[in-house]
Amino acid sequence: MITASEIIQLVFYAVMLFLFTPPLGKLMAKIFEGEKTFLSPVFGWLERLSYKLSGIDPKKEMNWKTYMWAMLAFNGLGFAIVYLLQIFQSSLPLNPQQLPNVSWHLAFNTAVSFMTNTNWQSYAGEVTLSYLVQMLGLTVQNFVSAATGIAVMLALARGIARKTTIDIGNFWVDLVRSTVYVLLPLSILFTVVLVDQGVVQNFSSYQTVTTLEGTQQTILLGPAAAQIAIKQLGSNGGGFFNMNSAYPHENPTPFTNFLEMLSILLLASALVYTFGVIVKAKRHAWVVWGVMFFMFASGLAVSLWSEYLTNPVTGVAGGMEGKETRFGVANSVLWSVATTDASNGSVNAMHDSMSPLSGAVEMINIKLGEIIFGGVGAGMYGMMIFILLTVFIAGLMVGRTPEYLGKKIESYEVKMAAIAMILPSFGILLFTAIACISDAGLAGLNNSGPHGFSEILYAFASTAGNNGSAFAGLTASTPFYATLLGINMLIGRFGVIIPMLAIAGSLAKKKITPPSSGTFPTDTFLFGLLLLGTILIVGALTFFPTQVLGPIVEHFLMLNGQTF
Amino acid sequence: MTTKSVSSSISFLSGEIAFQALKDSFKKFHPKLLVKNPVMFVVAVGSAITTFITVQEILSGTSSGFNIQVTLWLWFTVLFANFAEAVAEGRGKAQAEALKKNRSQLTARLKIASGEKSIPAADLKKGDIVVCETGDTIPADGVIIEGIASVDESAITGESAPVIRESGDDRSAVTGGTKVLSDRILIRITSEQGNTFLDRIISLVEGSKRQKTPNEIALTIMLSALTIIFLLVVATLPPFVQYAEKAAGQTGGALTTLPVLVALLVCLIPTTIGGLLSAIGISGMDRLIRKNVIATSGRAAEAAGDVDVLLLDKTGTITLGNRMASEFIAADGVSRERLADAAQLSSLADETPEGRSIVVLAKEKYQLRGRDVSDVAGHFVPFSAQTRMSGVDIPKDGHKIARAIRKGSADAIKKFVTEQGSVFPKEIQAVVEGIARKGSTPLVVAENKEVLGVIELKDVVKGGIKERFAQLRQMGIKTVMITGDNPLTAAAIAAEAGVDDFIAEATPEDKLQRIRDEQANGRLVGMIGDGTNDAPALAQADVGIAMNSGTQAAREAGNMVDLDSNPTKLIEVVETGKQLLMTRGALTTFSIANDVAKYFAIIPAMAGTLYAASAISKGPLSALNIMHLASPQSAILSAVIFNALIIVGLIPLALRGVKYRAIGASAVLWRNLWLYGIGGIIVPFVGIKLIDIIIVTLRLI
Repeated sequence: MITASEIIQLVFYAVMLFLFTPPLGKLMAKIFEGEKTFLSPVFGWLERLSYKLSGIDPKKEMNWKTYMWAMLAFNGLGFAIVYLLQIFQSSLPLNPQQLPNVSWHLAFNTAVSFMTNTNWQSYAGEVTLSYLVQMLGLTVQNFVSAATGIAVMLALARGIARKTTIDIGNFWVDLVRSTVYVLLPLSILFTVVLVDQGVVQNFSSYQTVTTLEGTQQTILLGPAAAQIAIKQLGSNGGGFFNMNSAYPHENPTPFTNFLEMLSILLLASALVYTFGVIVKAKRHAWVVWGVMFFMFASGLAVSLWSEYLTNPVTGVAGGMEGKETRFGVANSVLWSVATTDASNGSVNAMHDSMSPLSGAVEMINIKLGEIIFGGVGAGMYGMMIFILLTVFIAGLMVGRTPEYLGKKIESYEVKMAAIAMILPSFGILLFTAIACISDAGLAGLNNSGPHGFSEILYAFASTAGNNGSAFAGLTASTPFYATLLGINMLIGRFGVIIPMLAIAGSLAKKKITPPSSGTFPTDTFLFGLLLLGTILIVGALTFFPTQVLGPIVEHFLMLNGQTF
Repeated sequence: MTTKSVSSSISFLSGEIAFQALKDSFKKFHPKLLVKNPVMFVVAVGSAITTFITVQEILSGTSSGFNIQVTLWLWFTVLFANFAEAVAEGRGKAQAEALKKNRSQLTARLKIASGEKSIPAADLKKGDIVVCETGDTIPADGVIIEGIASVDESAITGESAPVIRESGDDRSAVTGGTKVLSDRILIRITSEQGNTFLDRIISLVEGSKRQKTPNEIALTIMLSALTIIFLLVVATLPPFVQYAEKAAGQTGGALTTLPVLVALLVCLIPTTIGGLLSAIGISGMDRLIRKNVIATSGRAAEAAGDVDVLLLDKTGTITLGNRMASEFIAADGVSRERLADAAQLSSLADETPEGRSIVVLAKEKYQLRGRDVSDVAGHFVPFSAQTRMSGVDIPKDGHKIARAIRKGSADAIKKFVTEQGSVFPKEIQAVVEGIARKGSTPLVVAENKEVLGVIELKDVVKGGIKERFAQLRQMGIKTVMITGDNPLTAAAIAAEAGVDDFIAEATPEDKLQRIRDEQANGRLVGMIGDGTNDAPALAQADVGIAMNSGTQAAREAGNMVDLDSNPTKLIEVVETGKQLLMTRGALTTFSIANDVAKYFAIIPAMAGTLYAASAISKGPLSALNIMHLASPQSAILSAVIFNALIIVGLIPLALRGVKYRAIGASAVLWRNLWLYGIGGIIVPFVGIKLIDIIIVTLRLI
């Protein structure tokens, strides 16, 4: 049974998430609108220096296409750097373990993964990548990929808030501001706390020690704390070590565990508020937040129920297999739900070992498009697909051309939202299908039956949703998986970003119709209900068969006493 | 131009239309037509595939009743969608025919060498000379070449007072649709009858040349997107199932034959709304025609639902076009009773609404019993454009004219009394000016050379209009009254009618400016107008309804024509536009919500045996068969049959439109969500189960 202290911890988590959202959201809105904050005197010089060094005029606005090209060019550059660092790492410094160059397909997969804020790891960090790659390549991408997500959300918010203009902001400014004023200060603060709690941050090579039992154990070291802070805050999730936050050097104490869990959702949640401030519809933002929170809480409830259900095979309720032994079942479940909601992908327990229904929750969280808080910025702009869909279908029912915050939703917006909805689903379903019937795909499986199917499905869902967590049990470093998963990440990231920027551009051009009592309301309980219904029905309709053939059939089989 | 409402002439679905529609729905199987509707095109392709397979099976002697039935019902799905569209088109055509017939009923008195002859107004040509006398409607725009007449142009100008038109000066132009109130004139027709214009737009509503409206295009895109997703879902199922079969060691254990996959696909893609979409659009136009409004494009009908601001002319829309006597103001030394009596006497033969209102007022206020014209042995003097007075001459005691009672404009009466050597009292002049300032019309009454007093004719706000505006407000629509009155009068009437705003002393430029201002603020503006001076505003407005009685210029400028020339129509047009959009939204919601039940029918049917412990036991996924459908085959067939029949079942709703109520957006939404959202989830569960029971009872599988 779930204990009272566990319930208190869960409630405390939810309360903290709620309490931090408005102040942080408000602060970010100020920062992104270019207003003075208490951070300006501290980091202002860094912002100005960045513009000066790169010759950027922060006052120059961009239309959506220019914004998109700037974003793509920047991401392309990031990809190239990470890729090159990996394939030449043996000739580069800061490689005390003398790790060899990374193969092309793994380098491609990893470079794409960190550029797209997925942080899917087909590799094991400690035996594959040098400290230089981790720091100069991955940590940097942890920051800028998160900043890219924020930038896209800001562009979208401006497109909605502005009228009759083609300008949606300046990508470089959004990138610099979110890095300098948000991600960097928070990460520094968080790193200091982590180091204080015992997370390693050094350049030593691994230590081999003899344990009390007399066996040899390798203690993993490295500049981990700095990367861990941003991996949690920036919905990255790629661990410094393969064990991710289940490894004590990434997550040493219950306190770090709580902070790391909170920081998974913190920025994404606050950015919903920021969005509300920018589009001048705070009530609407709260409704969206409410829908996200409801889905988070429901997923958590189902997952907890399923974990504490007595497993007829083992006769154990609340089984600890694969869970975070130091923090218990509830904390493992909470982390698994939060990390799949937020496209974070870090783990403190192995999702593979959880009950089938927990797996189903994790997968549906990801498959819905990482919109339950989602990635930083990405969650809100991903949610926009469903918001537009809801506004379009339900909006018609009030007898007007659908409007969203005064902007008419017409065929162009519908077309772009449809593309953003179709492409990630396309990646998930088609690639899973290919893997299911090809030898290369089946070769990577460690488990059979529906569980094996879930492993494949999870990998493609995780990459399309730019989540990056793994169900484990799938050997994903083969050229087949590394390449397909890499392509899938690109589809899942830019297949959504580009249509969303197009929508931002199109909405910015429109006039704003003032609301009246005949306008479809987007700031009411009813809208929340409609949004939830749209997400569940459209999402469920798309993924019902796969959920059934994976975790759900496994659940039924488990009840019959059969496991895989 | 007169037109009877044509709505009565066409029943909901006459046998003739149904038969023609059935024929047409087979013609619509042409691929060129099918491809216009992506959803139904996919169904047709799927049906073709299953047909191919079924035919092959029959030829090889392995045919199953199941595949044959699935194939048939898939084709029925397409047929039913075609039928829906054909019925809507058929009704549209019938409406248009009726319209054309009724339209030409107005006759013109064409002057020919031997006198005159009645011809349909539609046959008038430029240069024809026509005769118009009291009570005639001027058949077309023209110029008076002989005579002088008072003409009621309220339908065009909104001014309720008759105007004088006479030959040879700058007031010689007359407009088609206006009415001659007195005298006789000869008119030379200067423009071709609106025939060609109306004919052009009527052909538009017949359906065949219909273009998709912006919202319809957006919806089609969304439906196509859903179709693509479900195509993907179904196409990837065989690999997933193949994996599961291998894992469970049950090759061929699941039911994923091509016909079953096609059946699943057809059930999932939004066929209900896809099949009814064009019928909804056509019937929207059709409903407008039933209200005697012709839209030049479907776009206009749709935009009507979006209107945020309505510009309404005061006269005819908010107030009764005719003024009513509201008060008698007697001159010094004259009793009100005497004034009322004289006023009534002078108006007994006056058949104008104003005249009748004077008789009624005198009767109600001063208990002067309504006298009949025959009771008074006098000679009635009708209104004429020259004298601009009307009245009665009553003989008494041998005098031929003992009492000459006249009523008319202040100027006319002044002339009348001064000619008899009397003076026009100053205090009456003051009263007249006071009334005029209030926006009412003063009518002075005189008996012989004595001025008795003034009758105040006031604008009367139409009954029920206030409630109508309140409803509009609830729908979020702002009403703006436009009037030529001074601001004081305008404010008084605006308050009485309950409009949100008004423009007093409005010029055409004011109207245009107001429309532009509202549009700049992102609002959509609807207006109704008829005068040539309205043309720019009608063209600028998002929804411009021209009255059919209006000038050619006005009709060309607007995007709708109201054949009844009834200004309140604008409100009904807005409601029809809203209903059109609501129907689309409701059926889309219904269509998508339906999929939940279909999944629960088909997925357990397909995969119910997977991972079964033994060949005879049920698999774990049969737990999802919550409807307890008899067999996998009956489950799939029931879902397909339900999917086809629901299209037919909803045709009446698509043609009629969902029920419209003037309530706020939230209330409308709740209602429609319950009906079509929740209903859309529940109905197919019940329907599929019932069909399954019937199939099993009839042993079809």
